[in-house]
Amino acid sequence: MFAYYSRLALRSFSRNKALTALMVLAIGLGIGATMTTLTVFHVLSGDPIPHKSDRLFYPQLDPRSKAGYTPGDEPEWQLTRFDAETLLEQKRGDRQALMTAGGVAIEPDKQGLAPFSASARFTTADFFPMFDVPMRAGRAWTAEEDRARARVVVISSSLADRLFDRGEAVGRSLRIDQHEMQVIGVTGDWNLAPRFYDVTGNSYGGDEEVLVPFWTSRELSLSPSGNMNCWGGGDDDGPPDPEGNHGRNANCSWLQYWVELDSQDKVEAYRKYLADYSEQQRAAGRFERPTNVRLFDVMGWLDTNGVVPDDVRLQNWLALGFLLVCLINTVGLLLAKFMRRASEIGVRRALGATRRAIFAQYLIEAAAIGFAGGVLGLALSQLGLWAVRQQPVNYAEFIAFDTTMLLSALGITTAASLLAGVLPAWRACTVPPAIQLKSQ
Amino acid sequence: MDIRPILSTLRRHKTAAALIVLEIALSCTIVCNALFLIATRMERIERPTGMDTAGLVRINLSNIGKVEDGDALTKRDVAALRAIPGVEDATALNHLPFDGSSWNSSIGTKANQAQPTLNTGTYFGDERLVETLGLRILAGRDFLPEEYIDWGRLESENNIAIPAAIITRSAAERLFPGEDPLGRELHDFWGAKPVRVVGVIEDFIRPNDNGGPTDAYFSTLLPVRPVFGRYAIRTTPERRDEVLKAAVAALTRNHPDRIILDEGSFEEVERDYYRQDTAMAWLLLTVCAVLLLITALGIVGLASFWVQQRTKQIGVRRALGATRSQVLRYFQTENFLLVTVGIVVGMLGAFGLNQLLMAHYALPRLPLWYLPVGALSLWLLGQIAVFGPARRAASVPPAVATRSV
Repeated sequence: MFAYYSRLALRSFSRNKALTALMVLAIGLGIGATMTTLTVFHVLSGDPIPHKSDRLFYPQLDPRSKAGYTPGDEPEWQLTRFDAETLLEQKRGDRQALMTAGGVAIEPDKQGLAPFSASARFTTADFFPMFDVPMRAGRAWTAEEDRARARVVVISSSLADRLFDRGEAVGRSLRIDQHEMQVIGVTGDWNLAPRFYDVTGNSYGGDEEVLVPFWTSRELSLSPSGNMNCWGGGDDDGPPDPEGNHGRNANCSWLQYWVELDSQDKVEAYRKYLADYSEQQRAAGRFERPTNVRLFDVMGWLDTNGVVPDDVRLQNWLALGFLLVCLINTVGLLLAKFMRRASEIGVRRALGATRRAIFAQYLIEAAAIGFAGGVLGLALSQLGLWAVRQQPVNYAEFIAFDTTMLLSALGITTAASLLAGVLPAWRACTVPPAIQLKSQ
Repeated sequence: MDIRPILSTLRRHKTAAALIVLEIALSCTIVCNALFLIATRMERIERPTGMDTAGLVRINLSNIGKVEDGDALTKRDVAALRAIPGVEDATALNHLPFDGSSWNSSIGTKANQAQPTLNTGTYFGDERLVETLGLRILAGRDFLPEEYIDWGRLESENNIAIPAAIITRSAAERLFPGEDPLGRELHDFWGAKPVRVVGVIEDFIRPNDNGGPTDAYFSTLLPVRPVFGRYAIRTTPERRDEVLKAAVAALTRNHPDRIILDEGSFEEVERDYYRQDTAMAWLLLTVCAVLLLITALGIVGLASFWVQQRTKQIGVRRALGATRSQVLRYFQTENFLLVTVGIVVGMLGAFGLNQLLMAHYALPRLPLWYLPVGALSLWLLGQIAVFGPARRAASVPPAVATRSV
């Protein structure tokens, strides 16, 4: 029966080629647009570190001065150097690290390679095991090297290849901001999308080209970059801090801080510890605002910061609306087409065809259109994703189809073709044969 | 024309009629909001910066390692830039607008205010900042030579008072509504000492979108000579490339241990900054066009079916004396009715969607004039779409009435 109905459907399509093409195209465009935007959304809102995103936490304190305080304010975005260093020293988590983005100048030894600037991250030892940074060669630095302000760096594989050709990078010396540093490790393929641990800059794209121990970077005056918020207060007497706003006691927040906590009990204990710490600082007169601490896990932190661009969400809704219009368009056309054949249906029913048989016949015709549209839509979505990758957006390189999206594409296509087909097929099978025969 | 027969026919095709109405309504909802989004983006892209951007170029560089006397080096750099043939003016500044860096301060008009009055983008520059950028002074004056402070001094000494500030018209209106801002004091600006307003400039855009569209023109100039390796140069649009090349050469000659990070015209900087908006506007425009096309084709398809289905009925009408134009008008009126209902529903939808967008994406309210324009375009679209099928209906010969099928 299926084969016969399929042949009937084909015959029906060939009677109205332009219209069939229109329906297929409409569904194809709708599905193509929806799959494109859904894939972008899926990639951008994905979990960057799925195996431990619920064990990594971002603590927030509110060290700002009383001026400008409104009850209910969110705490400060980042930590001051004083707080970050104190939390790190007190070591209440299973692992913890403070960090900031930075920029360094690299003077390569290699002939014909001019000095260039590279993006850097200044952080502490636990950064590597905590975020599972893959190493292609060598090792990360240790807490001892942190304390000793060791002149060591870990570099990205692309930088290693650029600087040292095929030669082994580990053990070589690298001139950074006019200081000789020893390369002790090369990171492997490490594409976090988004780069959850620092949402203050571009959250997508861009490698950490050079990783330098934090206190080494301070000792060598390497320049940090990113967001910094400063507030008044403190005394203006005495000599100014030679490190300026990056000094230990500066009233400026500019460091990200992450802590790994392996159980729910530890999370509760850490929350309490943060509140206690904040109370202590208030008692000591350093904090002026009421205690207001937060402890977000990775997905909570990304969510709070709205890392997925608004435009991407908007495009998602736009595409869904577009698909809806395309579907309604197809339903209307199929309905009109089927109802035009009401007399034919009447004759078939009068000759003994059951409603079920009629329903099956017309559903097959509708589903064929849906299926063709779906296939076209999948092809169009690949075109769409290619177009997205050509866009000047920082997340472009990450946008690709994966298994989840392929399955959802199949799901959406099936749902769409059924949605488009059920109503017209239902109306077709409920045609009362007597009236149709009479009107002949 | 009597519309009762049309209504009674439509009543017999309730589902198909409802679907086409729904399609028009949804298209109307989406297209109205999409066009509005495009308009907001375009407005944003075209908003004035407050600068004379035509001949403006910029170079950002980074010195390798620590520079002994940054203030002196920067002054030598600017002097070298000004000596280049074709350069009308040059300045060292902390940043141009839209160039990946942004300094901001929360300020008030009284000492120890509980809440700051506003947050302002803060520009530092040397003596030639106003001329190089082409800012227009509306009231008061530019900074005096003795008011400028070297960055090195600001950083190494405590309690330095910045003697003067120039604010934009918008910032002045918000800080001192209805009053003369000249001579007034700004507080909490870079330390404890108040800063006196000496001039007001025409609105000058902030370095980035900090504070959103309402705060876009809250900018302040301070007489601080920066040392951050950022230079703006004014030349003529024709000599831009040549000047840029000479400028890079001069800067590298001045201090060989440096890396040129960015070089180019401000127009490029601006284009990069708005890239996302431009892309979004084009995307929305494409979606609108395709959506309207599909709706129009849907109308064509549905009308064609109905014409085929009613061929006999049309023949009978023709045989009973209806003219071609009456048949034509029948289908046109039918379409008009369907589209009208679609528009009514669609306009309600458009406003509902706009409310949602306002709540979630900080969009302004949909202007009322979108309604008549949207309605008119959809009516026009419907009429164009239905014209073909309607003409085919009109050409049905009366003899059809006599045939059996």
